[in-house]
Amino acid sequence: MGEMEQLRKEAESLKDQITAARKAVQDTTLQEAAAGITVVGRVQLKTRKTLRGHLAKIYAMHWAVDANLCVSASQDGKLIVWDTITTNKVNAIPLKSSWVMTCAYAPSGNLVACGGLDNMCSIYNLKGKDGNVKVMRELAAHTGYLSCCRFLSDSEIITSSGDCTCVLWDIETGTQKTVFAGHQGDCMSLAVSPDFKFFISGACDFTAKLWDIREGVCRQTFGGHESDINAIGFFPNGNAVITGSDDATCKLYDLRADQELITYQDSSIMCGVTSLAPSLSGRLILAGYDDFNVNIWDSLKSERVGVLAGHDNRVSCIGVSADGMACCTGSWDSFLKIWN
Amino acid sequence: MSASSSIVTMKKVVQQLRLEAGLNRVKVSQAAADLQQFCLQNAQQDPLLTGMSSSNNPFRPKAVCSFL
Repeated sequence: MGEMEQLRKEAESLKDQITAARKAVQDTTLQEAAAGITVVGRVQLKTRKTLRGHLAKIYAMHWAVDANLCVSASQDGKLIVWDTITTNKVNAIPLKSSWVMTCAYAPSGNLVACGGLDNMCSIYNLKGKDGNVKVMRELAAHTGYLSCCRFLSDSEIITSSGDCTCVLWDIETGTQKTVFAGHQGDCMSLAVSPDFKFFISGACDFTAKLWDIREGVCRQTFGGHESDINAIGFFPNGNAVITGSDDATCKLYDLRADQELITYQDSSIMCGVTSLAPSLSGRLILAGYDDFNVNIWDSLKSERVGVLAGHDNRVSCIGVSADGMACCTGSWDSFLKIWN
Repeated sequence: MSASSSIVTMKKVVQQLRLEAGLNRVKVSQAAADLQQFCLQNAQQDPLLTGMSSSNNPFRPKAVCSFL
């Protein structure tokens, strides 16, 4: 038998082993385990603020950790930092490239980042000495578009790219510290674990991967989706992962059981999931869809308990504030809305 | 792709699968119970779940009384 054939056989055997090992711990399902609790009552959130100012589709938004600030990115070529209570624009940052697909707020509140079809991640210092917001660093090395970025600190950021890799960068030197390779399709989204030790990525190979940031390795791979994964997030306790896909479903995968526990789907929903965010306790999952709506799911019972209808175009991004008090949606209709 | 680089790639795939196969897995009953417990323990601190009065809601303007 040739070496290639032998390796193929070994790969198939290992895949079967993993399937069997997952089945071996499947002594129940989340549905069965949660049978005794009642579905959450109807969740009716209202638009409290509308943030107007972008002149084109909004592609991304991210809440700051402190305060009620958030940053949004639009293909009008601007990053806007908003005070969501007053609706004032704290900063309006013009971008070199208007083809932006992602933005992020550093936990410190000092920096924001963005990137897109320019294949770069640009870091901006909001707290520069003369008050002007300038590009601090341009992180260039990806050979495909930048789909997502998340700060670990003011000195490190993780990016995901259409070149099928994720990268951990040293912002100070502008160099790649670690390249996380393994996905067989464009990486579309990433999320960092609450303890900052791991991150998860969702890709166009229909899988989600859990990466050990310091060791630089993939620890677990989750399949089951039937199309691209566009959105990904950690369950607030860090032990589970939620994904949203073009296959019109969201799924919850438990990291310790190493398998999918539940799928959030409805026969009436036939369009892709673009974005998602869990509420503070994890009981609610807010997911944005291509049909202009946000569906709110009871994460334990897998039932739809609410809808946010208010945008006139696709909901492209969603985020729950750090204190859990509000949810922000961004849309191709150029508006952001704050709901609670 | 040349034959030798295909083999290198395949070796990496096998190595990764070995790593993932070696994981210690927790029973689903335990994992599900922990997820439920977390949700229930934190439910009262989840404003989107429990709702809030307008006086506690920073996004709603507080009612202001003025003397006419």
